[in-house]
Amino acid sequence: MDEAFLWSAEVLAAQGRLPEGVSIEEITWLKRLRQGLDKTRRSLVNQLRAIVGQGPLNQAGVTEIESLLLQADVGIDATDYIIEALQARLRQEALPPSEAIAYLKQILRDMLDKPLGDSHSLSFVPEKDMLNIWLITGVNGAGKTTTIGKIAHIAQKSGYRCLIAAADTFRAAAVQQVKVWGERSNVEVIANPGKNTDPAAVVFDAIIAAQARHAELLLVDTAGRLQNKKNLMDELSKIRRIIDKKAPGAIVESLLVLDSTLGQNGLRQAEVFSEVAKLSGVVLTKLDGTAKGGIALAVVQQLGLPIRFIGAGEGIEDLRPFSSYEFVEALLSG
Amino acid sequence: MFDALADRLESAWKKLRGQDKISESNIQEALREVRRALLEADANLQVVKDFVAEVQTKALGAEVIAGVNPAQQFIKIVYDELVAVMGEENAPLANVTTAPTIVLMAGLQGTGKTTATAKLALHLRKQDRSTLLVATDVYRPAAIDQLITLGKQIGVPVFEMGKDADPVEIARQGVEKAQADGIDTVIIDTAGRLQIDESMMAELAQIKNTVTPHEVLLVVDAMTGQEAANLTRTFHEQIGITGAILTKMDGDTRGGAALSVRQISGQPIKFIGVGEKVEALQPFYPDRMASRILGMGDVLTLVEKAQEEVDFAEAEKLQEKILTAKFDFTDFLKQTRLMKNMGSLAGIVKLLPGMGNKLSDEQLQQGEVQLKRSEAMINSMTQEERRNPDLLSGSPSRRRRIAKGSGYSLEDVSKLVSDFQKMRSLMQQMGQGQLPGMGMPGMGGMGGMFGAPSMGPGTPPPGWRGYNSPAPSKKKKKEKKKKGFGSL
Ligand SMILES: Nc1nc2c(ncn2[C@@H]2O[C@H](COP(=O)(O)OP(=O)(O)OP(=O)(O)O)[C@@H](O)[C@H]2O)c(=O)[nH]1
Ligand SMILES: Nc1nc2c(ncn2[C@@H]2O[C@H](COP(=O)(O)OP(=O)(O)OP(=O)(O)O)[C@@H](O)[C@H]2O)c(=O)[nH]1
Ligand SMILES: [Mg+2]
Ligand SMILES: [Mg+2]
Repeated sequence: MDEAFLWSAEVLAAQGRLPEGVSIEEITWLKRLRQGLDKTRRSLVNQLRAIVGQGPLNQAGVTEIESLLLQADVGIDATDYIIEALQARLRQEALPPSEAIAYLKQILRDMLDKPLGDSHSLSFVPEKDMLNIWLITGVNGAGKTTTIGKIAHIAQKSGYRCLIAAADTFRAAAVQQVKVWGERSNVEVIANPGKNTDPAAVVFDAIIAAQARHAELLLVDTAGRLQNKKNLMDELSKIRRIIDKKAPGAIVESLLVLDSTLGQNGLRQAEVFSEVAKLSGVVLTKLDGTAKGGIALAVVQQLGLPIRFIGAGEGIEDLRPFSSYEFVEALLSG
Repeated sequence: MFDALADRLESAWKKLRGQDKISESNIQEALREVRRALLEADANLQVVKDFVAEVQTKALGAEVIAGVNPAQQFIKIVYDELVAVMGEENAPLANVTTAPTIVLMAGLQGTGKTTATAKLALHLRKQDRSTLLVATDVYRPAAIDQLITLGKQIGVPVFEMGKDADPVEIARQGVEKAQADGIDTVIIDTAGRLQIDESMMAELAQIKNTVTPHEVLLVVDAMTGQEAANLTRTFHEQIGITGAILTKMDGDTRGGAALSVRQISGQPIKFIGVGEKVEALQPFYPDRMASRILGMGDVLTLVEKAQEEVDFAEAEKLQEKILTAKFDFTDFLKQTRLMKNMGSLAGIVKLLPGMGNKLSDEQLQQGEVQLKRSEAMINSMTQEERRNPDLLSGSPSRRRRIAKGSGYSLEDVSKLVSDFQKMRSLMQQMGQGQLPGMGMPGMGGMGGMFGAPSMGPGTPPPGWRGYNSPAPSKKKKKEKKKKGFGSL
C-alpha cells in the first residue's frame, strides 16, 4: 500500500469517515490531489522537529512555516495575518510542533469556512424544478470551459435538465471546444453561428431556450478576460445585467474560476470580477499540479467568497466539491 | 500593496537619520523591503533569497557617491542588479542557415502556447520568413480547430493529422512537410502539460528527440506565482529549453515570474505576449521588466506607446522635450489629445513611474475631468504663452486674462501653471539620468495636474494599480481591513 493511499485514508478518517463509507473514487481523487507533493520531502511536523528537536516551536520553526506559506502563494499580507495568529497563541503557551500545526490548520480552515457561515455543507447543488443560472467567469486560460464541461456532466448524471450557453464568441474555436464538452455529457449547447457576435445576445437566446425547455441548470461559458480591460469588463457586466433582467426568478450563481498556479494577481482578479459579475463563489482549478493555490486564502478572507469546487485534472470527472479540510492538508503537506 | 519600492526604501532610510553610508547594520530594513517587494511581485522565495544576498554584497561594496543619498543609491543597485539578472535584451528567434528552423512550444495548460504559435508566425512573416504551424495537441477539445482558425486569420498553413494520430508522428511529418515545401520555420504547438505528468513529459521529450528543434520555447503565464520556479526547473531539466515567452503581460500583474524563469533556466525571455490578438507580441526588454517588477512604472513604454499613435519624428521630439524639460503647454495639449487616441487616462497613467498603483478609479475620473479643465485653460492661452510657460508664472495679469477667457478662477489657472512647472522639473530630473521613480516626492506636482488629491506617504493605496476598474468602495474596504489583514 503506497504512501499516498495511506495519506488519503488518514485524511478521510480524520473527517470522521468510516472505511466502508469511502469509495475507491474518493481515494483516487485524494491521491491525485496529493500527486504533486514531492515524495522525498518530509512532512511539516518532521521538518519542524528537525529544527526544534524535542522542544516547543520556536522562532526558527515559525520562520519555516512562514516560508512554506509564502511558497504556497498565500501572499505576504495573509501570511503575516496567519503567523501573527499563531504567534499570539504561542505567546500564551509553549506548544510542541504537532500541536502548533494542529492549531495552524485550524486557523486556515476557519479562514476558508467563514464565508459559509454555520452551514458547513459540502454539497453545492442547483435547486430542483426551477431555473438555476451559473455564470462562469475568469481570466484567460483559467479553465472555465473545462469546468463547465465537468459541471454539465455531473448535473446530467444527477438528473438535472441542463443547457450550456456558448458566450465566448471571441476566442478561436471557443465554440467548438464547448460543443465537444456538450457532446461528451449529452448537453445541448446554445451558440450563435455568426462571427464575433455579441455574447450578451447569446446569453439572451440561451435564457429564452432554457425557459422554453424548462431547463433547471443553464451554464454560461464566457470568454477569458483580464480584469484591467475596461471594455471587456463592461461586456461582462452587460451579460450579468441581461441575466438579472431576463431571468428574474432564476437562482443565479456567479463563479470565478481561479487557476491555482496564480500568484498575487488572483486577489486583484477576484476584487474586480466580484464587482462586475457579482460573484457568489470561486472554483479553483489545476490543483492536480504542484501549485498549492494559496492565493485562494486571501481571496476568501478579503472578499468573503466561498470556494465551491476544485478542479484536479482535465478529465470529465475531475471536479470535486471544495473541502477546507482536504485543501489545508494538501497546502501544508508540501 | 506597496507604493513604489522607492518610497518604502526612502522611509526605511529616514528612520536612520544621520547615517549617510550604506553599512551592514543599516541595510537590513532596506533589504527586507526589497524582499517583500519581490515576493509581492511573485518572484520565487528561493530566487528572492539569492537575489537579496547578491544585492547586499553589491551594496556593501559600493562606493559612496557624493550628493546621492543612500536610499537612492541603494535602489539603483537593486534596479541594476535586476536588469542584469534579467538577461539579454531582445534575444532573437533562432534562424538556421539550412532551413527549416524548428521551434517547439512547451508549457503548462492554458498559458498561451497556441496563441503564441500564431503570434510568432506573424512576427516572422514581417521578416519575410515563411512558416508552417504543426498541430500536435490531440487532447484538448478543439485544439486543432483553434490552431487552424488562427492560421487562417494570418494566412499561414497548418499541418495536422486529426486527433487520433500520435503527436510524435505528427511532429515528425510536419517537419518533413516543411522541408519538402521549402518553408523557412516550422513551429510545433503542443498540448499543455503538468511538469509532474510523467507520460506527457515523456511524450514531449520524444517529440524533441525526433525533430531535434533549434529552439524550445517555454511559454509561461506572467501571472504565475511561486510555481514558476518549479515548472521552469523541471521543463529545463527534462526537455531543455532555449528561451521563454511570457504571456498575458497586458494584465496588471507585476510579473515576478520572469525573474524565476530567467534565474532558474539561465535562458533568455525572448518575447512577451501583450494581448489576445495575433499581433500582440513584443520583444522582451529587461530594464522594463525590472521597473515593472519593482513597481517603478515605465517611461519608455509610455513613449513607445505614443510612437504607435503619432508619427515617429513627432514622438522623438516629444521625448527629447520631456527629457530636457522644454516640454511646454503646446506639447501638453498635443499629448492630451494623443492620450485620447491611446485610450483612457488610466491606461497611460499606469505607465508613469510610481503612479500606476497610487491612484484609485475615482481619482482617475477626477483626473479625466481635470485634464478637460486644463485643456480649456490652455485653449485660452496665446501661442506665445503656451510655448513659454515662464511668461505665465511671472504675470498675474496674463493668468487673470486666461481665467476669464476659460471661465475658471484665477486660482485654478495659477495652480495649473505651478503644477506644470513642477512637472517640468521632475521631467528634467528624469532626463538627467535619474532613475524613474526616484523623484517620487516630486510626483505630487503631476498628481495635482491630474487632479488627484495629494496623498501622504502613509495612505494605503487602493490595491494593485487600482485603475480602470470599479474597485470596491473605499468605505467597505476600510471596514474589512479592520477585521482582516489590514489590521497588521
Ligand atoms: N491539469 C489541469 N488542467 C486543467 C484543469 N482545468 C482546465 N485545464 C486545462 O487548462 C487549459 C485551459 O482550459 P479552458 O477550459 O480552455 O480554459 P478557459 O478559462 O475556458 O480558457 P479561455 O476561454 O481561453 O479563457 C486546457 O488545456 C484544460 O484542459 C485542471 O483542473 N487541471
Ligand atoms: N490577454 C492575453 N491573453 C492571452 C495572451 N496569450 C494568450 N492569451 C489567451 O489565453 C488563453 C489561453 O491561450 P491558448 O493559446 O489557448 O493557451 P495554450 O497554452 O495553447 O492552452 P492549452 O493548449 O490548453 O494548454 C486564450 O484565451 C488566449 O486568448 C496574452 O498575451 N494576453
Ligand atoms: Mg473558454
Ligand atoms: Mg493550446
